[in-house]
Amino acid sequence: MSNYGIIQRIVDRHGGDRSRLVDIIRDIQSAESCVSPESVRRVADLMGLPTVEVEGVATFYHFFTPTPAGRYAVYLNDNIVSAFKGRATVAEAFEKAAGCAFGKTTPDGLIGLHSTSCIGMNDQEPAAIINGVVFPKLTPARARALVGEMKAGRSVAGLVKKFRPAVRNNIRRKGPVIFAPHAPGRALRKAVEKTPEGVISEVKRANLLGRGGAGFPTGLKWEFCRREKNPPHYLVANADEGEPGTFKDRVILTERPKLLFEGMTIAGYAIGAAEGLLYLRSEYAYLLPRLEKALADLRAARLLGKRIAGRKDFDFEITVKLGAGAYVCGEESALLESAEGKRGEPRDRPPFPVQVGYLGRSTSVNNVETLCAAARILDKGAEWFKGMGTPRSAGTKALSVSGDCRLPGVYEIEFGTTVWQVLKMAGGTEAQAVQVGGPSGTCISRGQFNRTISFEDLATGGSVIVIGPQRDLFEVVHNFMDFFIEESCGWCVPCRAGNAILKRKLEKVTSGKGTPQDLSDLESWGKIIKAASRCGLGQTSPNPILTTLQNFREHYDMRLRQGADFVSEFDLAAAVRPAAGLTGRVLIVSEEGGHE
Amino acid sequence: MNKITFTIDGQACTAEAGQTILEAARANGIYIPSLCWFEGMKPAGSCRICTVRAGGRYMAACTQPVSEQMVIENMAPDLEDMRKALVEMLFVEGNHMCPTCEKSGNCELQALAYRYQMLVPRFPYDFPVRRVEPAGPKILLEHNRCIKCLRCVRGVKAKDGRRVFGALRRGGRKKIAVDLSLAAALSDRRAREAMDRCPVGSILKKEVGFIVPVGKRKYDATPIGSDLRKAEG
Repeated sequence: MSNYGIIQRIVDRHGGDRSRLVDIIRDIQSAESCVSPESVRRVADLMGLPTVEVEGVATFYHFFTPTPAGRYAVYLNDNIVSAFKGRATVAEAFEKAAGCAFGKTTPDGLIGLHSTSCIGMNDQEPAAIINGVVFPKLTPARARALVGEMKAGRSVAGLVKKFRPAVRNNIRRKGPVIFAPHAPGRALRKAVEKTPEGVISEVKRANLLGRGGAGFPTGLKWEFCRREKNPPHYLVANADEGEPGTFKDRVILTERPKLLFEGMTIAGYAIGAAEGLLYLRSEYAYLLPRLEKALADLRAARLLGKRIAGRKDFDFEITVKLGAGAYVCGEESALLESAEGKRGEPRDRPPFPVQVGYLGRSTSVNNVETLCAAARILDKGAEWFKGMGTPRSAGTKALSVSGDCRLPGVYEIEFGTTVWQVLKMAGGTEAQAVQVGGPSGTCISRGQFNRTISFEDLATGGSVIVIGPQRDLFEVVHNFMDFFIEESCGWCVPCRAGNAILKRKLEKVTSGKGTPQDLSDLESWGKIIKAASRCGLGQTSPNPILTTLQNFREHYDMRLRQGADFVSEFDLAAAVRPAAGLTGRVLIVSEEGGHE
Repeated sequence: MNKITFTIDGQACTAEAGQTILEAARANGIYIPSLCWFEGMKPAGSCRICTVRAGGRYMAACTQPVSEQMVIENMAPDLEDMRKALVEMLFVEGNHMCPTCEKSGNCELQALAYRYQMLVPRFPYDFPVRRVEPAGPKILLEHNRCIKCLRCVRGVKAKDGRRVFGALRRGGRKKIAVDLSLAAALSDRRAREAMDRCPVGSILKKEVGFIVPVGKRKYDATPIGSDLRKAEG
């Protein structure tokens, strides 16, 4: 009964609003440390929804669990840089101290150990999120101490007090666009002196391209949105940076939230929106108080709310909406689905979000960094902005540099900067390879380090992972493929089924059973997945394999079974092992799979 | 009305504004192989078998509206091979044992495999462990055969319009499920409809089976898509 009361209160708090189902489920997860089948049924009853619909949402997101996640729920990052920095020993320490394996919760329900996709802390790995608090730079000793305190019953606030986990910004290079000093209101006042069309044309003249990686012209997106007939329109800031290795939005949200909000307000003015939404990835929920404070300051300064900057006809409000652990929600239409309280599955386009977006409204979805750059453009002018970068890629780019380098962190560089220059700044010139743009991007070799960060060459949302000479490249590729398999929404066949097939083939090659035919299969199957997939996730998911096949072919060739035209991947021993175990027969199978 | 003119594999076609490529192709008597598409139901673009190419870009014909002067490739050998690969992916992803399946002969996945003369899939079988699940008094869910096309999710509704089916989880763990009380309230007619909408043998009506004998089923005599090719000839 008490559970019923809790669920009722949570549903009421959100007004029983279907579009807030993700928020409702989040509150249940934090109140009960799980979303049990009973809770699902109660929510469905209270809201008049089919249970399967509520369960569909509850089971889509990584941070919702059907069984208790633990009173202390430890989510340890499992991306490749975390692995470089000693994740395995930290994980082992957690397991030994807690007495339970990853993926499990201790029998008393005290501690749950979970793996999770990149949490945006690549500059301070290994890192874990424990009940919403980020604990960076973990060591085995620290993991043991943390578990000791948990067992002693210390609260999470107490853990914070004792261990002082501080997420560092690590801004290594400040550029003029994002990290220059910011006086809130200046850009906005200049913007509202113009007509909305004037604002759009300024952004178009500046040739601002979307910073999330796809590079769609921002001014054009705003123009499409403005022209739609059904006001009010909606502005959404995409702060769901989930590409492994990127964390620059985390730092922007920490250091320049007012610049972002100013950019959102300007965008809202340009497209004809009265409301804006910041979709914040769940991993960054710890930033909420800071963001709310920035919003309150802006309201007090009349830069947000009613009659902004003295304009009687311009009201704009911003709310923050949290994700719940799903990389695919960085895709703008999946983000909108999630923001509407649904499973975060991409939509078919057309209609595009500028036509039918958030809650059916025409919506412009822009990356955090894009909106910051737009604010600067309104303050300093298109010419100033175009003076930086290359003719096709104007301005600067915030890079998240991590991996095998001395100075991991955020670097705001001008477009046109070479990878080599970035490596020199970050102290990573020993690298054998650099992953530009995260797993969905490109893995380049030393011979290509003179390539440039730009839309015309290496387009990137900002993730730069330095891979040192001591690393096994295949460990990286495997990690990235596991990531895509984990994060696929499963809607379309090529991404859902194809990536698991590719991964299996890759395992065959790396385990020394590959033939030249296997390499050409990897290539042709990868191309099919890219061409046939429904959204950007699937369309880029084979890239870890395809780009290393292209740029590191010799690594693959070295793993091939010499002289073999065909090696079966059928493992007879494994196939008959359960039967042999049941019957008590001794298994005699040669390594090649044949009977002896 | 504004008629749109376009071509499919060089053949001149016309369409109404707003039609998808797949609908327009059908109206012109041209078969674009498809699987998750179902007439009268909102398309999902989930199986990707109707992938065509226009202007060098790949797109699902069931969700992409046709536009003026579009030049569409449908039967290019590489597209057909891609479709065959998608069919094969579905075969290895689940457990499809045609000879024992109630839907054999009426199954669109099987019919496509015949169309593409699939003997052995190019991909290794996954042999996942999946369950057969009773879903109320009227239907069974045979998860071994489910291809997550979402036809049931999109098309099977209770009297009050609520959805009976839904998708759980994500990625390779994605699974179709029912709301048990809504499924229990399905009339026999609607339960039968649910089974007919399922392109494979994943949704089965309880208590009746094999009403039409094997050999006299939809694709036993005529291959999938042949109704449209006749119109073309």
